[in-house]
Amino acid sequence: MKQDIFQAIADPTRRAILALIAIQALTPNVMAEKFDMSRQAVSKHIKVLHECELIKPVQSGREIYYHFNPKKMQELDKWLSQFRKIQETQFNQLDKVLSTIKKQKK
Amino acid sequence: MKNDLLFDFTVDKAAKTVFITREFDAELSLVWDAFTKQEILDQWTAPAPWTAKTKYMNFEVGGKRFYAMVGPDGQESWIVQEYTSITPKTNFKMLNAFADKDENRQLPGSEWEYNFSEQNGVTKVKITIFNESFDRMEKLLEGFQQGFSMTLEKLENLLTNLTQK
Repeated sequence: MKQDIFQAIADPTRRAILALIAIQALTPNVMAEKFDMSRQAVSKHIKVLHECELIKPVQSGREIYYHFNPKKMQELDKWLSQFRKIQETQFNQLDKVLSTIKKQKK
Repeated sequence: MKNDLLFDFTVDKAAKTVFITREFDAELSLVWDAFTKQEILDQWTAPAPWTAKTKYMNFEVGGKRFYAMVGPDGQESWIVQEYTSITPKTNFKMLNAFADKDENRQLPGSEWEYNFSEQNGVTKVKITIFNESFDRMEKLLEGFQQGFSMTLEKLENLLTNLTQK
């Protein structure tokens, strides 16, 4: 099943992983070390982040490095700014409706 | 109309929550009606050129508003809002979910909470929107984007026609 980006970033460990690899691509082993976690626990988080395309693996020799994928986060930001615009438009419409009702009452 | 009315929009991505605060230049009872009465809701709850059309609405705990946002070319996007808590002229909560025209909901939806307060004739509405799923939320815009781009296309055509004359 495809992971949801909201679910992915709701977890504090996953946010920490994202913050770290946004600076520098890391292998799962290094991540496990940095967060003092088992390799298994790290793999679970990587799976979630990878499935919602927040990170992408790049093979380098025998190691896999995970890179941050800013595009996915931008999608979320783009969506939010559009959502904001829709709310703004609706409220401006409500301003007009309210002023019309107020005039009718007078 | 006053132009210094507050509009605040903040997002806590980690908490999957959007916070909106907006002031309206009207007394609380009127603003409350505008958010809770079908005939007023239908006048503003779809961004133009879309229009809102309520099929039925029972504003009571456990009651629902079932409405469509109708696009400029007649396309319909149905939404079910179920009221889970109401404190008259103070607060209400609802579950918002997209649906098909037969009212089959796509769950999970989002949880909306509204808080109303008045000061010096200006009413402040605080809205908290919690979304379990981003993909679900994203669907809301897909419909709009189609509608918007179609409208833009029409405008372009119109402009082209005008400049040719």
